[in-house]
Amino acid sequence: MSETKNILIVGVGGQGTILASRILSVVLQKIGLDVKVSEIHGMAQRGGSVVTQVRYGQEVASPIIPEGQADIILAFEKLEALRWLPYLKENGTILINDQRIDPMPIIIGTAVYPDALAIVRNQRENAIIVDALKIAQNAGNSKAVNVVLLGFLSRHLNIQQNLWLEAIGETVPAKFLEANLKAFAAAMS
Amino acid sequence: MRKLLTGNEAIARGAWEAGVVVCTAYPGTPSTEITENAAKYIEMYAEWSPNEKVALEVGLGASIGGGRALVAMKHVGVNVAADPLFTLAYTGINAGLVLVSADDPGMHSSQNEQDNRHFGRAAKIPVLEPSNSQEAKDFTKLAFELSENFDTPVMLRITTRVAHSQSLVELWPRQEVPLKKYEKNTQKYVMMPAFARSRHIVVESRLEKLKEYAETTSLNRIEWNHTKIGVITNGVTYQYVKEILPDASILKLGMTFPLPRKLITDFSKKVDMLYVIEELEPFIEEHIRSWGIETHGKDLFPVAGELLPGIIAEKMGALPHPRNVLSPAADTLTNIPLRPPVMCPGCPHRGLFYILNKLKVTVTGDIGCYTLGAQIPLNAMDTTICMGASIGTAIGMEKARGKEFARNLVAVIGDSTFIHSGITGLIDVVYNKATTTTIILDNRTTAMTGHQDNPVTGFTVKGVATKEINLLLLAKAVGVERVVEIDPFDLNKLEQVIKEELAAEEPSVIITKRKCALIEKNKQTTPCIVSEEVCTGCLRCMKLGCPCIIKKNKKVRIDTAQCVGCSLCVNVCTNAAIRKVGGTNV
Repeated sequence: MSETKNILIVGVGGQGTILASRILSVVLQKIGLDVKVSEIHGMAQRGGSVVTQVRYGQEVASPIIPEGQADIILAFEKLEALRWLPYLKENGTILINDQRIDPMPIIIGTAVYPDALAIVRNQRENAIIVDALKIAQNAGNSKAVNVVLLGFLSRHLNIQQNLWLEAIGETVPAKFLEANLKAFAAAMS
Repeated sequence: MRKLLTGNEAIARGAWEAGVVVCTAYPGTPSTEITENAAKYIEMYAEWSPNEKVALEVGLGASIGGGRALVAMKHVGVNVAADPLFTLAYTGINAGLVLVSADDPGMHSSQNEQDNRHFGRAAKIPVLEPSNSQEAKDFTKLAFELSENFDTPVMLRITTRVAHSQSLVELWPRQEVPLKKYEKNTQKYVMMPAFARSRHIVVESRLEKLKEYAETTSLNRIEWNHTKIGVITNGVTYQYVKEILPDASILKLGMTFPLPRKLITDFSKKVDMLYVIEELEPFIEEHIRSWGIETHGKDLFPVAGELLPGIIAEKMGALPHPRNVLSPAADTLTNIPLRPPVMCPGCPHRGLFYILNKLKVTVTGDIGCYTLGAQIPLNAMDTTICMGASIGTAIGMEKARGKEFARNLVAVIGDSTFIHSGITGLIDVVYNKATTTTIILDNRTTAMTGHQDNPVTGFTVKGVATKEINLLLLAKAVGVERVVEIDPFDLNKLEQVIKEELAAEEPSVIITKRKCALIEKNKQTTPCIVSEEVCTGCLRCMKLGCPCIIKKNKKVRIDTAQCVGCSLCVNVCTNAAIRKVGGTNV
């Protein structure tokens, strides 16, 4: 019986984390595992901090990942990576998109944007930082940042690539499919 | 076939499989997607009702008329629907009626975290609580049977984590349920005092039968394990407990009102230590204590906030996994700037709150995206209580403090909220001679809950075109003579109009009309930019609270990737330092 695996996808409302988690959950279903996905809607969509918790294994009870139990954190934004870092397992993997989005307290000057990458690296030497926007732009679609990040995530999960491609095909609208497949491939190369 | 569904999708599916013919609701997080999904099934009629009271009334009409009905709302919506609910409990039903109450522990998107199991008890109707999506579907179907077998409305209580978590669900075909015969029955359905007295007796005897049912139903089950620790739990908390305390014996309550006294008593006798682990109120715990059974519960677990797995693990001394170890420098992880939600780039509400802040008026607010106008730097809201409260609150302030105070006081309310329960407040303004200035923020949608249609949008939940309620004519029809419609992006005119209407010693309504920026999201837009050499760093534009305007080296710059070119900043800049990309400085 395989242990329950925990993936936390964090970012800022509007960054496309929801679509990424949807594709991931389709992939996990295809492997035939029990899957639970928990996301918080509502106020979070208005530029707030968003988090999706994905858990899978033979049998998953709780839809919530306890602190310190995430095997992988996929962070779409640097400050959010820092915010959710306590959820990472001691030997877990954190993938960070090198993008900064200022929240209102920083915009109006009541708070300072910390050197998030330095702090994360100080805690986790093995943190992986990627410039997904640049990769997406090079692949010809700046809006496919989420699929690029999903590509990086897939490199850390032992799942057949064709399942990812199928899942993207089933989830993304047909007119954006080619661009998204290209972005996913760019992350793999 | 198994499919990954949210609890809300599963409830809609369950209603469809149960042969439901009518689904009604008013949108509210975390309940909204129940009806959005129900509307996709062609066999079911679905509607966004103007408010939760009407939703339940339409549902009970369908039920008395002989068709199964599902009515969905968020926890605070049940407050609005409480009037029909309490008397519906007396009349009972004809075809099954299930009321979904979606509670929001932790207040992810709510103004309070009331525990609606109390409503079930107060109205004396059964309350079912699923713990995942499969149960959400199964319990929905069972609730219809229970409703018909016991002639009662049934409450299906879910919480945010059940509503918005996805898990695998076994799908079944729809079972067509023929309409029940409609027969006139005044003694059952006309609740005048004489008939209601006899129905109250029926309610009490029904409750006794439900208590017997609770003892034997499969909704409540014991999972025996070691008897050192026995846990009584419900809803999603059951899933947490199962994972944190794999060796404990668990009494899982799928039906939390009425409670099975004998089952609970027997369970308590067979375990060494009894714990009730429930989120929010000590609802089960207080029942159990009243029977003289000693238990741990709220002596350990908080009443306020979500009861997350970490809290349960900590209090039960069960940390099954090694906790995350961070180095001493980890204190840098405690002062992380928050990321509160903000009005979107291009939001039509921003200009209004900028002006209200500038005019330093008192603002009675309401429920919707515009509640964000309370936050810095806009900081232009004094009260937010519940749906529709803005107008009544403004009247009360005026009546207490006098007409002069009302010269510097506005009520702000969204289009859908105004229809929901603001209209009655406006009638009070006119009837009781208040001089309130009401601003209706008409963004042509119910934005906060994810863009649902409403009576002013001209479309139903099924996407069918319908008559569009005209807010201007509606305000005039209730007797407001000063009604003006304005584009909230026209800041100069908006400021002038607000000043004029505040000064007028009579009721007035200002309708700020512009589509929600998210509806317009896919439109081609030209962003704005700042000429660094012209910008003096006065930071006036930053008072707009726009997430695209960022302070940099004592001047500002605009994040052109996010900017949708609404040009509010162009208007407020007195140095002409901001312009549209491709445009010239004026």
